[in-house]
Amino acid sequence: MTNTPSANALELHEVTKVYGEGDNAITALASATLSIAGNEIVALVGPSGSGKTTLLSIAGGLLSATSGQVVVGGKDISKASASELTEVRRSSVGFVFQSVNLVPFLTARENLMLVDELRGSRGKQSKARADRLLGELGLAQRVNNLPSQLSGGERQRVAIGRALMNEPALVLFDEPTSALDTTLGEQVMGLIQSEVKGRGTAAIIITHDERMTHFCDRTVHIVDGRLQREAMATAD
Amino acid sequence: MNLAWKELRRRPGKFAVAVLTLTVLAALLLFIASLLDGLFLGTTGAIRVQNADIFVYSNASRDSFLRSTITSSTRTEIESVAGVAATGGLGVTLLGAAVPGESALADVAVIGYELAPHGIPVPPKPGQAYADERLKGFGVGLGDTLEVGPQRNAITVIGFVSGSNFLLQGGLWVEPGTWRLVQNSNRPDAPVAASDFQVMLVQAKPGHDAAALADGIDASTKATSSLTKAEAQNSLPGTKEQRSTFNSILATTYLVVVVIVALFFALLTLERVALYGMLKAIGASSRQLFFGVLLQAVVIATVAFAIAGALVAALSAAAPAQLPLQIQSSRVVTSYLILTFCSAAGSLLSLRRVSRIDPAQAVGSAQ
Repeated sequence: MTNTPSANALELHEVTKVYGEGDNAITALASATLSIAGNEIVALVGPSGSGKTTLLSIAGGLLSATSGQVVVGGKDISKASASELTEVRRSSVGFVFQSVNLVPFLTARENLMLVDELRGSRGKQSKARADRLLGELGLAQRVNNLPSQLSGGERQRVAIGRALMNEPALVLFDEPTSALDTTLGEQVMGLIQSEVKGRGTAAIIITHDERMTHFCDRTVHIVDGRLQREAMATAD
Repeated sequence: MNLAWKELRRRPGKFAVAVLTLTVLAALLLFIASLLDGLFLGTTGAIRVQNADIFVYSNASRDSFLRSTITSSTRTEIESVAGVAATGGLGVTLLGAAVPGESALADVAVIGYELAPHGIPVPPKPGQAYADERLKGFGVGLGDTLEVGPQRNAITVIGFVSGSNFLLQGGLWVEPGTWRLVQNSNRPDAPVAASDFQVMLVQAKPGHDAAALADGIDASTKATSSLTKAEAQNSLPGTKEQRSTFNSILATTYLVVVVIVALFFALLTLERVALYGMLKAIGASSRQLFFGVLLQAVVIATVAFAIAGALVAALSAAAPAQLPLQIQSSRVVTSYLILTFCSAAGSLLSLRRVSRIDPAQAVGSAQ
């Protein structure tokens, strides 16, 4: 893993991901090239099986590309080992999963502090930062609640807080509004926009819902593993 | 590890089945071990308390107290061997004894001795005895006069000692003349001459190796078989076989613990695949996750052992005196350490599965 001077949060150069070999080979991502600036929000839109999740996984250091270059927060992770990728995810990347995936027996605060614990850091500072983040997300009164005691929207906000806890260069959102109604979905997208922009963090948001793309700086379409034209977001 | 600890505290029900199963197994282990120790200590007590390095039997006796006779001339030969500091005769007769006020006979081992063993005073006057505490369970009290054997030889209890039984029969420690009287009255088929004993105890001089001295005594007398104290304990009938059998049962039970814990954590890990995938996605290493599993395995073993220990202690307190249960603190510690090790070993089998969980699974489908 090498450091590459770059103002971009993410750079993909001719990234390809192939599963299987020979006649059974499936190209999930083909020669993807994409750059995302330090505080840019990009919507990634495409039908099921188009390679959105593969691209997100490669960008987040969950998968290694078959070929091409991947640079996250200035670090080239193209040839990184599994343990190096783990370190990248700890320090430079935040995830918000489609099914939220909070730890069910940890409170809202503890779900955020878990990020620091995984990095080997614990204590009052971690607690204070978690409480501050939850306060910014409108959850100051819910810090001691378990996920089962929170509404769907509140759980989503905790997940956003967890993704921002390690002050990442890049946050990856996998269908963040799929389980929410339109009103709540727009609230969450507005929150994502303000939190991400306010921190100068970049974000990729996978979404099926074209109605949500106006919260993003631009939209990238992907079909059959290939990135299509880009669309700039229109101002509201 | 903090995560694993929190899960244990906040979701104890999840681990209840494993704790219950391990409690049963731990109780079984402690019970069997206590029985083994009780049998061994109750069988060999009279030998273990001896203040001697070597036990000398006649060589035709095949190391059996009851078949051995050491005459005074053989004793003189033994005492002449270089390295022998002192000798003391020992004889044992196994009989039933009538206890005042009790309808059932007490099983006693009348032991004639010269050298005072550890925890037992010098030989009492003729007709008197120090009784092992085990005999209290048969109703024997201080000052009671027991009628020993078919010939009802009278022996009065003047004090109690502990850990001094022989072949699970309560020790009655008497001076040599009383023992010979009891032996000759009740065992006319195996009479003992005056000044003869069954076994001669030998105290080695400082700097002399017991095993080497034993060999030297046998070479000198050509009529004896000399054993160290450990050998003498193992020579008692059934002792080695008992230990071998019980230790096999214990080993098998520990193996069952490994399998139970392995199964439990394998199922738990299956259930946690999504959670572990998410944790790995946000930066958890396989090592961190696995140490969490290890911590949980150790904690459930500890909780199970604590409950089992209390159960076995209660059982031991309520058990009749005839049941030779003996809870030794060293055995408790060893059992706990082995149980914890086996539980940890069982959890090791989840290591491979934890390592293979793909963090990409947390992000929908990776294809």
